[in-house]
Amino acid sequence: MRIVVFAAALSVLACTSAKGSPAPAPSPMQAGDTSHSKGAKDSTTAGRGAFSMPNADPFPSTYKPFPSKTTVIKNVTILTAAGPHINNGSILLRNGKIESVGANVTVPADATIIDGAGKFVTPGIIDIHSHLGVYPAPAVEANSDGNEATKPVTAFVWAEHSVWPQDPQFPRNLAGGITTLQVLPGSANLIGGRSVVLKVVPSRTVQGMKFPGAKYGLKMACGENPKRVYGNKGGPSTRMGNVAGYRTAWIEAERYRRNWDKWNAEHKGDPPARDLNLETLAEVLRGNILVHNHCYRADEMAQMIDIAHEFGYKIRAFHHGVEAYKIADLLAKENIGAAIWADWGGFKMEALDGIRANMALVNQAGARTIVHSDDPSGSQRLNQEAAKGIEAGKEIGIDISEDQAIKWLTINPAWALDLDSKIGSLEPGKDADVVLWSGDPFNVYSRAEKVWIDGALLFDRDDPSEQWRTDFDLGFVPVAGGAK
Amino acid sequence: MIRSALATITLCALAGSLGAQTVAITGGKVFPVSGPAIEGGTVLIRDGKIAAVGKDISIPSDAQRVDATGKWVTPGLVNSYTNLGFGDVGFSGGPRELTAKGHEGIAAGFQVWLGFNTQSTLIAPAREGGVTSVIAAPSGGLVSGQAAIVDLSGALALSDVLVKAPATMLAQIEDNESAKVGASGEAIGELRDLIEDTKSYMRRKTDFERAQTRQFIATRRDLEAMIPVVEGRESLTIGADQAAEIREVLNIARDYGIKVVILGGAEAWTLADRIAAAKVPVLTGAMNNIPGSFATLGNRQENAAMLRKAGVQVGIIGNAGGGDEELFNIRNIRYEAGNAVAYGMSWDDALRAVTMAPAEIYGVAERVGSLRSGTEGNVVIWSGDPFQLSTRAEQVFVRGKKIDAPSRQDLLAKRYRTLPPKYESQ
Repeated sequence: MRIVVFAAALSVLACTSAKGSPAPAPSPMQAGDTSHSKGAKDSTTAGRGAFSMPNADPFPSTYKPFPSKTTVIKNVTILTAAGPHINNGSILLRNGKIESVGANVTVPADATIIDGAGKFVTPGIIDIHSHLGVYPAPAVEANSDGNEATKPVTAFVWAEHSVWPQDPQFPRNLAGGITTLQVLPGSANLIGGRSVVLKVVPSRTVQGMKFPGAKYGLKMACGENPKRVYGNKGGPSTRMGNVAGYRTAWIEAERYRRNWDKWNAEHKGDPPARDLNLETLAEVLRGNILVHNHCYRADEMAQMIDIAHEFGYKIRAFHHGVEAYKIADLLAKENIGAAIWADWGGFKMEALDGIRANMALVNQAGARTIVHSDDPSGSQRLNQEAAKGIEAGKEIGIDISEDQAIKWLTINPAWALDLDSKIGSLEPGKDADVVLWSGDPFNVYSRAEKVWIDGALLFDRDDPSEQWRTDFDLGFVPVAGGAK
Repeated sequence: MIRSALATITLCALAGSLGAQTVAITGGKVFPVSGPAIEGGTVLIRDGKIAAVGKDISIPSDAQRVDATGKWVTPGLVNSYTNLGFGDVGFSGGPRELTAKGHEGIAAGFQVWLGFNTQSTLIAPAREGGVTSVIAAPSGGLVSGQAAIVDLSGALALSDVLVKAPATMLAQIEDNESAKVGASGEAIGELRDLIEDTKSYMRRKTDFERAQTRQFIATRRDLEAMIPVVEGRESLTIGADQAAEIREVLNIARDYGIKVVILGGAEAWTLADRIAAAKVPVLTGAMNNIPGSFATLGNRQENAAMLRKAGVQVGIIGNAGGGDEELFNIRNIRYEAGNAVAYGMSWDDALRAVTMAPAEIYGVAERVGSLRSGTEGNVVIWSGDPFQLSTRAEQVFVRGKKIDAPSRQDLLAKRYRTLPPKYESQ
């Protein structure tokens, strides 16, 4: 049996500032914004790349919602992630948004009506720990683009520049009910680079998949991986070396942020030199980039929290926190999400103490449980992972309702991406990212039947002709029914 | 999907034995697997073995009664491919006792169970998931060595947990580097040489001892270990995924008349009819649809169901990938079976694929994998459908004894049930 080892065990440390996002400083060089398309008007006009500006967006999203039909799913059980479930309810999707949800909705004359008897509707599932596109299938060296393992701090790399939109794993994730992914760099490095948030949609370019307006994340990693990768390459070779590495990076970043913020405010004299590495870190310190930190052990998470305090940023979520249950009280106090598996553990020393009750214990302590995958196969069954978490809680006397568990898959990861005002629950005005399940999503036999993104039906299990096949799928992957 | 029938009664031939521990599990929905399901059936265990299973079993007065009304009762599950017992940490936890050095990729003489840790911390969690027997297999190389079948009673002595050793010979033609070959065709050639040389060795042992034979591809120990394989008494389990690899495994089986089992079999569905005709069993999973390499482009979740429909004997193993399903999550084969059902396998076949099918594949159906007179008293009482995520294995019996020793994971959950933990200053 072939075991394909993906760059599993990578995770992001989400860091956001409590200050909120400052508005981009007005730039004296706005003209530069158009210089790349029309050519500089005169030789003294620099391109916008000359300046380190907050919230710069040099690779803007070109995503446009797919054509959608007004759709009503009726007579269906709705897990809203915003309140109690609705039995025999209806949901109206119109113009890419959820227009209404409830026991009854007004059915527009032009609506396509789907009878959901015996079925369930949930918000689209969100996986905040994915390497789709950066570690595509098939896993060959030529496409292994997830870890810039050349030095321990590589905040200058952006995951989107590695994403291959034709990765055949994307449509398979969509078929599992996943509508939004955070794609992260790997965990070889102390600071691995920027993440990117994607809609799970077919596109020729990654820009066409980028979630409009989503903040970037910064991937950080604790523990075994960085010290293993760099132990014989100049360090760090120990956990104390890891910590020294983070702090050194933040010290430099703080100086950079100060210099640029001053210059952006005053525009006096020559601008400071631009540095891609420090620019990303400075954006974290400004609160414009969220920190997602791969960290397994409780003691290391506590140390990462102290570092965040020292430099004035916030960690948004610990990923792979197999020991989150040991410090669930601290995570609740610090308002840090725990992105975790249902039952992985023991695959290396720092994963030794994984327990199945982790999700329930974190939830019980008042912290945010987030179900994540780090795996292209597991990502397709996050609903099953949550179901295991419910059962494990029950076994130690913690009762988790399905109304609560659905949040682990939707609104909680949406919060971790700071997108909870747009996605993650079924409420009027939110993006119509919706899954129709053949039955209760926490039942092992249920499957996603239909998946809508921004109101457009992008996956229909009953209609193979409409199913998305990537360029790679064509010719290489035998189609269903092709048995000989 | 779940058949039910009245009394299938098997009576124990032995008269009540002295001081024997007798357990009667009554009232449950019993799935003997070897026969139809029995509503309100009784499972009688005596002296560690199943004594009787049926509707109207007379229960000895000294029997300890276990009420399973409303519960589902099955044989303990059999996970037919694991690396359990050879090191509890997958990576970075020090050496594991799993991979022999061998000679040029061949380690047929390697008996992996000699390193089996009967006290592995991963035995209890597997058992809590209703798994009571596993194939404990070596890995690596072209011929990895011999696997054993082990019961998960947690008994200290190896002899008390071994069901069968050797149970099968493991080989693989997927990973050229590990097999120390340059191409899978070379691996196939070496396997053929090994079989031919074993035959030659068997005929010319005396000459071999006098060093009057040409040099064989393997050492004396490896050739000896291959004899039962060549004679068809022991199966050769070969890791193969790609259709071309599977085709060559079938050719080897045909050419030498040996018993082979395909492990992995990502693209087996494309050759389902040929595999069925060759009566070659396949061990595969139902949770991987990722074209993870050019050899597994055909990965799909319907694989197990399609093979079964073609008449192939199928054992379900973990194949989700990424996780550590062979070690930490040996317990999860019941969910793999549930997913197989979601992707087209009948429920009965899925239960069979995690119980009696692997027992038959490895020649231990008289011992494990079903509830009938004489099999080991490996029984699980479930709160409901064993494949369901909300179902719990409430009581697990191994060799007639109910085992509820907590796992290390249980102890951690208990310690951190309330925070801060007691060991810390409050």
